Amino acid sequence: MSQRRPRIGVVTFPGSLDDRDALRAVAFMGGKGVALWHGERDLRGVDAVILPGGFSYGDYLRCGAIARFAPVMDEVRAFAGAGGPVVGICNGFQILCEAGLLPGALIRNRQLRFVCRWVHVRVETSLSPLSAGLVAGDVLRVPVKHGEGQFVASAGDLDLIERDGLVVFRYCAQDGGVGEADVPNGATNAIAGLRNELGNVVGLMPHPEHAVDPDVGATGGQSMFASLLFTALARASAA
Amino acid sequence: MSEPELHLRLGLSDEELELIRSTLRRDPNPTELAMYAAMWSEHCSYKSSKVHLRTLPTEGPRVLVGPGQDAGAIDVGDGLAAVFKMESHSHPSAVEPYQGAATGVGGIIRDVISMGARPVALLDPLRFGPLDEERNRWLFGGVVAGIGGYGNCIGVPTVGGEVKFAEPHSANPTVNVMCVGLAPADRLLSSATEVHEGSVLVLFGAATGRDGIGGVSVLASRPLEDETQESRPSVQIGDPFAGKLLIEAALELVERGLLEGLQDLGGAGLTCAASESAARAGMGAEVGLDSVSLREPALEAFEILTSESQERMLAIVDPSRLDEVRATCARWGLGSAVVGRLVSGGDLRVTMGGTTVAEVPARSLAEDAPAYTRPVAAPREPDDPLADDPTFAAVTAEPLDALVALMSSPNIASKRWIWEQYDSLVQGQTVAGPGADAALVRIEGTLRALALTSDGTGRFGILDPYLGAAHAVAEAARNVACTGATPLAITNCLNFGNPERPEVMWQFVESIRGLADACRAFETPVTGGNVSFYNEAGESAIWPTTMVGVVGLLEDYRLAVGHEFGTGSWVYALGETFPELGGSAFAEVVLGVVAGRPPALDMDRERRLHRLLVELAGADLIQSAHDCAEGGLAVALTECAIAGGTGFAVGLVGDQPPHIGLFSESASRVVVSVAPERAVALEDTAAAFGVPIARLGETGGPRIVLDGLLEITVDEIAAVYEGAIPALLGGGARPGRC
Repeated sequence: MSQRRPRIGVVTFPGSLDDRDALRAVAFMGGKGVALWHGERDLRGVDAVILPGGFSYGDYLRCGAIARFAPVMDEVRAFAGAGGPVVGICNGFQILCEAGLLPGALIRNRQLRFVCRWVHVRVETSLSPLSAGLVAGDVLRVPVKHGEGQFVASAGDLDLIERDGLVVFRYCAQDGGVGEADVPNGATNAIAGLRNELGNVVGLMPHPEHAVDPDVGATGGQSMFASLLFTALARASAA
Repeated sequence: MSEPELHLRLGLSDEELELIRSTLRRDPNPTELAMYAAMWSEHCSYKSSKVHLRTLPTEGPRVLVGPGQDAGAIDVGDGLAAVFKMESHSHPSAVEPYQGAATGVGGIIRDVISMGARPVALLDPLRFGPLDEERNRWLFGGVVAGIGGYGNCIGVPTVGGEVKFAEPHSANPTVNVMCVGLAPADRLLSSATEVHEGSVLVLFGAATGRDGIGGVSVLASRPLEDETQESRPSVQIGDPFAGKLLIEAALELVERGLLEGLQDLGGAGLTCAASESAARAGMGAEVGLDSVSLREPALEAFEILTSESQERMLAIVDPSRLDEVRATCARWGLGSAVVGRLVSGGDLRVTMGGTTVAEVPARSLAEDAPAYTRPVAAPREPDDPLADDPTFAAVTAEPLDALVALMSSPNIASKRWIWEQYDSLVQGQTVAGPGADAALVRIEGTLRALALTSDGTGRFGILDPYLGAAHAVAEAARNVACTGATPLAITNCLNFGNPERPEVMWQFVESIRGLADACRAFETPVTGGNVSFYNEAGESAIWPTTMVGVVGLLEDYRLAVGHEFGTGSWVYALGETFPELGGSAFAEVVLGVVAGRPPALDMDRERRLHRLLVELAGADLIQSAHDCAEGGLAVALTECAIAGGTGFAVGLVGDQPPHIGLFSESASRVVVSVAPERAVALEDTAAAFGVPIARLGETGGPRIVLDGLLEITVDEIAAVYEGAIPALLGGGARPGRC
């Protein structure tokens, strides 16, 4: 059986900013990027979905609060419910939390300022579409750029998140050590990325799509995208 | 006491009213008067500056579009054009810093879009008063947050800029913003585009409200007075979400070839867009205000005509393409309405509620504003010009103390606190971002990169406006050349006080002369820019501030040169150090004076240096290059060490006093590092280009060592450099929304 290129959908909401960048990263890593439109109830048969970064609908209410009502989100929910790999990057992470596909919420950075910075994250589990090819303890260099990236959750949710190993990425130092100084936004438990119980939905504040091309920075996003393409392909082959 | 007459309240002089009367051969009605007041304002008409702006060099083999359009454009190869422009939003920012800065970003982006180009980079050169004053911290925090608040939401990376502090900028901060875009050269929407009689005018984007009425005539063309707070309604409010939709919709319209022309609605709003569209086409226009979508009911005609509500554009469309245009706007969630059409003759006729509310020649609004040759008065030459020159002052400061003081002075200290609030990565083409000598933005699908930088006069400008402006061009071009790129063209923003004061006008004229001479010498024509006058409160004007934005081209970004030191390299200085501390950072920070004569600038020597740097990068000869300017050789070397996390050991050459060798700000100098085995080739190449070169020492180790003069660890000096601005701000800078 000849393997086809995995088809990765990237949703454009009004106000999405990193949608083209996510499509470019998919192509760079050997996948086939498929542009999806917020107003269409159609995922065009993709093998995985990315909700990209940006300021959907201006984020004038809470980040992601309006995007979760977009027509395409009904399809994304159904796709996720059927085990399809879904990735939310930055604003996409915020949308997934608002849509109830991931626990917790993202609030204003603790320093009350937007932050654009290269950081390190430590992989906590292989059980997610972005970490399937990684092992716990791996350290990746990726950038963050957000004003509302401080992850918070209720005490109950937080217990559940830690008990069930839902944290996928934590902010860390270059050597993998976790300390407050390396958390760019004050996130609880240094949480940078999170999965659902099933392990097919993952959201993260850092931008792996801006860390695949060695000509414009570090390449910590390559192994995340490789994991996503692998996961998508495995699902497509199984189907 | 009777109120002054309407034309005076609108900012028109008695003579200007007479001119309008003779054009119309009747009295203008109040609506027409408001239109003229907006279009003939200093901000829109350049009436005090255009006589002088004509002396700037504007032509060159790469220039595709010169001054007079929304933005200039140059050929950057592969059939692509770089479209760029710099503009000021200082006046609104002095009143409401967040919105003032935010709408400045929105406005300059629309200028680039209206040429049919996709914006790919923003740079923000800023000037504030000292940060130890609370109001300055408020202005500074608000402006930075506003730039981020708008720029971060529209998907255009902010890749550079510069920030300086000086007391004269306290009352009026200087807020300039530069945008660069890319477009296929054959698709540029310049005045050459075909428009014809019967083409319709489509207003699309946000609805029109009362915000920003009188923005150009009230705020931007008069000195700030005590009642500044009452000017708040003249400040526009930005909606970056609408701005982002406008970018995407406008570019889709352009890419699908649906437009004959595109105009930004900025200063003077619909009046400006309609009259310029008609005048450029050599036609007239009919505009019906009843079809303009309003944010609130019962706006008067003059309000609709001069509103500066943001996120609106005017498209010129062939009637056969109208449905497609409106459908595209709707797909992006934007309103659109046909508000008029181009007609023969030359009149702009405006109707509302079935009656004609204004009828004036379009050309008279757009092009026939008066041009003034304002009186100029040079300051009196001091009897002994060298008497107060810090070059000859007795110096007791220890070199290490002086270096620490310089590295922690706000003008030199790290601006990380600022640029970490800007998204510099979106679009994925940022090869080098903030903190580099020049930003490098890759041109997708090619090996080329745009090299972008902005630089402006500070102390040099107040001490000698001619030299100040010339140095600004030289330094900006040098920054671009340090990366290996060839400087190609410039845009500028000229920020000055009240042009009706002869001493201010003298500063302006001298600055233009410096700008013109430098641009001629470096063959970097001026493709456009902006003049911002009336930056003063009471008798206190800002320092004459010529901001220069340079666009350069790097042929192969894989050969880009950074300024970080690695270990085991040899360190060289290109250029020569002379005893020149006039206007230097050392004089201000250590001696406490802004005095003396700025360093001399030998344009020929500077030009050779630029060419050498491009050659060295292209031949992959050097490992780093860094402009040596503010703070002299000591600061340049230290910045290279901090950036690379690597120390150095060097000695000074020559027999000058140590503080001259370390801190003199002689022009045309660059610090480079080179692998030892390539040092001979470097020396030979420099000699071939006629650039003096001297080996200073080598890199490596945890300490910076200036032989026999000072020694400190890189970590210690880096902490000083990075910590200075956050320490000054404490918790004092007002944060903005994300």
